[in-house]
Amino acid sequence: MEARLQELKNEALEKIQAAQTVKELTDVRVAYLGKKGPITDVLKGMGKLPAEERPKMGALANEVRAEVTESLDARMVILEEQAINEKLQSETIDISLPGRPAKTGNPHPLTRVVEEIEDLFLSMGYEIAEGPEVEKDYYNFEALNLPKGHPARDMQDSFYITEDILLRTHTSPVQARTMEAKGGEPIKIICPGKVYRRDNDDATHSHQFTQIEGLVVGEDIRMSDLKGTLSVFAKKMFGEDREIRLRPSFFPFTEPSVEMDISCFKCGGSGCNVCKKTGWIEILGAGMVHPNVLEMAGYDSKRLTGFAFGMGPERIAMLKYGIEDIRHFYTNDVRFLTQFQRTEL
Amino acid sequence: MLVSTKWLKEYVNTQDLPPAELGEKITRAGIEVDAVIDRSEGLANLVVGYVTDCVKHPEADKLSICQVDVGGGEIDQIICGAPNIAKGQTVIVARPGAKLPGGMKIKKAKLRGEVSNGMICSLQELGIETKLVPKSYAEGIYVLPEKAEPGTDVLSYLDLDDTVLELGLTPNRADAMSMLGVAYEVGAILEEEVSLPEIEYAEAADAAESMLSLEVDAPEANPLYVAKVVRNVKVKESPLWLQQRLMAAGVRPHNNVVDVTNYILMEYGQPLHAFDYDSLGTGNITVRQAKEGEKITTLDDTERTLSAHHLVITNGKDPVALAGVMGGANSEVSDETTTVVIESAYFASDSIRRTSKDHNLRSDASSRYEKGVDPNRVIPAAERAAQLLAQLADGEVLKGSLVFDQLDKQERIVKVSPDFINSRLGMKIRLEDMLDILSRLKFKTEAVNNQLIIEVPTRRQDIQIEEDVVEEIARLYGYDEIPATLPRTDATPGGLSPYQAKRRIARHFLEGAGLLQATTYSLTSEAAATQFALEPTETTRLLMPMSEERSILRQSLLPHLLESLSYNTARRTDSAALYETGSVFLKGQDELLDEQEHLAIVMTGLWLDHSWQGEKKAVDFFVAKGIVEGLADKLGLELSFERGEMDGLHPGRTAFVLLDGKRIGVIGALHPSEQKKRDLKETIVVELNLATLLTRETEALVYTQVSRYPTISRDIALVLSKIVEAQTIEDVIRKAGGKLLKDVRVFDLYEGERMEEGKKSLAFSLRYFDPEKTLTDEEVNAAHEKIIKALTESGAELR
Repeated sequence: MEARLQELKNEALEKIQAAQTVKELTDVRVAYLGKKGPITDVLKGMGKLPAEERPKMGALANEVRAEVTESLDARMVILEEQAINEKLQSETIDISLPGRPAKTGNPHPLTRVVEEIEDLFLSMGYEIAEGPEVEKDYYNFEALNLPKGHPARDMQDSFYITEDILLRTHTSPVQARTMEAKGGEPIKIICPGKVYRRDNDDATHSHQFTQIEGLVVGEDIRMSDLKGTLSVFAKKMFGEDREIRLRPSFFPFTEPSVEMDISCFKCGGSGCNVCKKTGWIEILGAGMVHPNVLEMAGYDSKRLTGFAFGMGPERIAMLKYGIEDIRHFYTNDVRFLTQFQRTEL
Repeated sequence: MLVSTKWLKEYVNTQDLPPAELGEKITRAGIEVDAVIDRSEGLANLVVGYVTDCVKHPEADKLSICQVDVGGGEIDQIICGAPNIAKGQTVIVARPGAKLPGGMKIKKAKLRGEVSNGMICSLQELGIETKLVPKSYAEGIYVLPEKAEPGTDVLSYLDLDDTVLELGLTPNRADAMSMLGVAYEVGAILEEEVSLPEIEYAEAADAAESMLSLEVDAPEANPLYVAKVVRNVKVKESPLWLQQRLMAAGVRPHNNVVDVTNYILMEYGQPLHAFDYDSLGTGNITVRQAKEGEKITTLDDTERTLSAHHLVITNGKDPVALAGVMGGANSEVSDETTTVVIESAYFASDSIRRTSKDHNLRSDASSRYEKGVDPNRVIPAAERAAQLLAQLADGEVLKGSLVFDQLDKQERIVKVSPDFINSRLGMKIRLEDMLDILSRLKFKTEAVNNQLIIEVPTRRQDIQIEEDVVEEIARLYGYDEIPATLPRTDATPGGLSPYQAKRRIARHFLEGAGLLQATTYSLTSEAAATQFALEPTETTRLLMPMSEERSILRQSLLPHLLESLSYNTARRTDSAALYETGSVFLKGQDELLDEQEHLAIVMTGLWLDHSWQGEKKAVDFFVAKGIVEGLADKLGLELSFERGEMDGLHPGRTAFVLLDGKRIGVIGALHPSEQKKRDLKETIVVELNLATLLTRETEALVYTQVSRYPTISRDIALVLSKIVEAQTIEDVIRKAGGKLLKDVRVFDLYEGERMEEGKKSLAFSLRYFDPEKTLTDEEVNAAHEKIIKALTESGAELR
C-alpha cells in the first residue's frame, strides 16, 4: 500500500508538471484528489490494514495528498498567469489605427476675431451695442456730421432702399443711437456688425463686410486716453511687444482724427511683405468725437468729451492669418473654415 | 495728388532730404504719402541724339535707317520703327548698354541686315503712361521740342531725375491739391518759408474792356469771376520743362495755352479755362443758370442736356462752358486761335457737385471746386496765366481784367485757449510751442488773456472750430508725444447682455455638435429672397443694385447656405454641416424693416464616418432634430414639432418647430427635385427664429435632490398602423401613466417584412419612480396596466 501511494504520488506530480492549461490541471486535480480518485480509493482500503499500521498509512496518505495539492496550487498559479498573458496577447490592438473622430465644428474666422476683440473690451468694462443693418440716413450720416450733400455720402457708394433708408455703411449709427438713448450719460461700448458698401467684389473688396467700433464718452476724456486704450488693445491682440503709432487723418465724425499703425507682428518692424517693407501695419481709424456729433445726440460737448475707434475684422483676420482673398470669408469652403479650429493661446 | 519733388523745391526748401524721408515726414504730419515714385527707375545711359539722316530700310517697309549724332563727334546708325521718325529731329537715344524700365538692356543688333547701335525711344519706353504722352507722340518716338546738345544726359534734361510723391488726400485737405498748398505744408513741417511765384509782365495799351464785356447773373453760384484777354498768341507745343512738369503731375500736355491753364491748376489749385475769343463771336461772357432743356457739347464731344440748376458760361446767347466742370467744344482753343479769354472764377461747391454728378463728369477742375478753392487765389491765378501766356505763347495781355466780385475773402477767426488744447490732448504743451507751430502754419495769432486769437488763411477752409486747432497743434507737435493713459471714468461693470450671452451659448453648442459656422450675403436675387422664408412678406429691393443677384434683402438664410453646400460638394467635399446666424429682413410696420435674427443649419453627406470600425451614418431628419432639441434644452426651452409642408422641402419629411404653440422654425429634408437642381444628395435644413429663442426669459435653475430610491423599467411593444405617430402614442402613455411614470422613450421601430402590410412595431421603455419610497411590483403593475388599457382602447395592439 505504501508503494502504491508513492507510485500515485509520483504519477500525480508528473501529470501536474505535464499539464499545460488550467483545464488540464483541473482534470488532474479531479483525477487524483477527487472523491472518486485513486488516493481516496487507497484511503478507503485502509480498513483492511492491521490496526497498528493504520496511523502510519494515514499519515503517509495525508502527506501524499498535501504534497500533490501543494504542487497543484503552485502549478495553477503559473498556468493562470500564463492564461491571462495569452488572453492579453490575443487582445492586443493596433493602436496606430485612427480614433473615432469627435464631432467638432468651429466658429467662422471673423467671429473668432470679433469675439477676441469683444472679450478684450468686455474685460475693460465695455458693453456691446448692436443696431439695425437697414438704417435711417439720419443715423448713418446726418447724426455723424455728414449732412446731406456731403461728398462722403455719395449715392454711388451706398445701397439705398429709399431716399431716407439704406443699408448701413458702417457701424457708427449704433454709436449715434446709443448716445441718443443714453440721454447725456457716460458711455463705454463696442459695436460689432455687418456693413454694406457699393463695391464690386474682388480679392480686396466686398460689398458686405464687418466692422467693430468702440465709443467712450465721459467727463474729461482725452486723446491720451484714446492712445492708451488703443495701445492696450494692440498689445493684447497682436502681442505684448507691439508698438503703436498714431498718424493724423480725417473722418467727419471725429476731430482730431487719427489712424493707428502697429509695429509689424511678422517682422517686428524690420520690414517684410506683410508690412510692405515699412515696418508698420495700418490697423484702425480713430479720433476724438466731433463736438457736432455729441451735440446732435443731446450731449453738452463742453462738459463731456469722447473718443471713438473702428476697424475691419476682415482686414485683421487677413493680416493675422495671411488670408489672400476677402471672398473666402463668404464662400464658406469647408477647407477654409476648418482651418480656424485650434487655439493659438 | 502727384507732387514732383524737383518742382516743389521751387517754392520751398526741402533741405535736400531724400524723397522717402520727406515723404515719411509728410505722412507723420497728417497727409499720407501713398507712394514714392522714382521717375528715373530702371533708366540708364540715355542721351540726346540728333537725326542727321533718315532713309527707308531697303528690306523692311516699316523700318528706317537713321544716322544719329550722339555727341562727342560720333554718328551712330540706328534702325527705327516709329512712323514719325524724320531727319532733323532731336530725339532720345538709348545707346548700347542703356537700361529701360522692366529690366530691358539695349545691345548692338542687326535688323534685316543693317546694324543698329541702340534705339530711338518713345516716352512710353521711358516708363511714362500712354495717357500722359502728348497725342502727337502717342504712336511713335518723342521729338524734343527744342534743340539740345547731342550726347546730353536725358535724365536731367527731361527732368526724369525726379521723385514724385503720391499724396492720398483726405477730403478735408483740399488745400494740398496744389503745389503751393503742399509747399505750405512742407514749410510748416520743416520750418521753412514758402516763396510764391513772382508775377510780372508787360500790359498792352488797350484795356480788356475794349474787347470783352462780362455779366454774372448768378452771384450765389458764382460770386467771383475774373476774365483776362490775351491777344496775338501763338498756339504751339509747350516748352519741355512745362510738358515734363505736367506729365510728372499726371496731366497730358496739349498745347501751350491749355498747358498753361493746367499748370496753374496744379500750381495754385485754381481751375482756369481758356476760350477762343473769336469763337465766342459776341465779345461777351455771361454767367447764368442754364435754361431747362438747353444743350451744350462739351470738350469730350458729348452733347449734354441741361437743367435750370446747372451753371453755364455763355457768350451772351449760347452756353460755351459747363461752369467749373468742362468747357464747350464751340469755344475750344485750337491751333488757329489768336486771341484767348482766360477765366478764373470761384464757383460754389454744391452747384458744381450737382452738375458733375448729374452728368457723371468729373474733371480736375470740378474735383477742386467741389472741395472749395481758396477765394484769395482766384485773382493771382488769372495774373499768373497772363504772365505765362505772354512768356510762352508770345501773347499780348490787354490792360486790366473784367471782374465781377461779391465774394467774401475775409480770414476766419478761431479763438481757443491753450488749456482747452492741453485738456483735449492730455498734454502740457507750452504756449510758446503752440505759437511757434501756428506761425509755422502761417496762421496769424495773438495771445490775449489766456486765449489764442487765430486768423486762419483762406486756403485752409478746413480749420473752423477749436478742435481743428487742437489737431493742427498736435499733428505738428507730434502724435508720438501724446502720452498713453486710460480713461479716468468710474469703473463700469460692462459685459454681455443676456441675449448676447445666450447667442454665444447657442453658437458654442452648435459648434460642439459638429457644425461649422458660415457667413453668407444678406443681398440676394428676387427668386431666392423668400424661398424657405418662415413668414414671407413683400420683398425689399435696393434703388441701385450692382447686379440682380444682389438686389433684394433675404428673408431666409437657407438659399445662400445651400449655395455654400453646393459650392463645397462641387469641390468634392461630399459631407458638410454648416450653420449661420444672421438677420432676415421683413417688411414691418415701421419705415425701417423688421430685422429678425435667424439661425439656419444645412447638412449633407455623412454625419458619422468612421469606416474601419463599420460606423457610417448619413445625415437625416433626426440628426437635425436632435440638434434642435439639444439647443432647446441648453436654452431651457420646450419645443414641440408638428408635421408640415413647405415649398422646396420633402412633404413627408418636414416639421415645423413650435414654441408655446407658435411656429418659430422648420426642419426638413430638401425636396428631391430641389436637391437635383442644386446638385446635392440627401440634404437636411433647419431655420429657426433665433431672436424669439433668445429673448425668452429662462427660469431660474433649481436643483432637485438626487433620489435614494430606484427607478423601475417596463417595456411595451406595440403593433400600430404605419400612419400613427410616435408622439400620439407617447401622449396616450403619459396621460394614462399618472405621476409614477417618470420617463417614456422609444427604443425600437420595426417596419420590416415580418409585419403585416401597413403596420409597424414600435417599442417604448417606461420608467416608474416615486421620490418618496421604493416602488413595489404591485404599484408598478397597477400603473402599467392602466397604460396598457389606454393603449388598447386607442387602437394599439400589444405585440
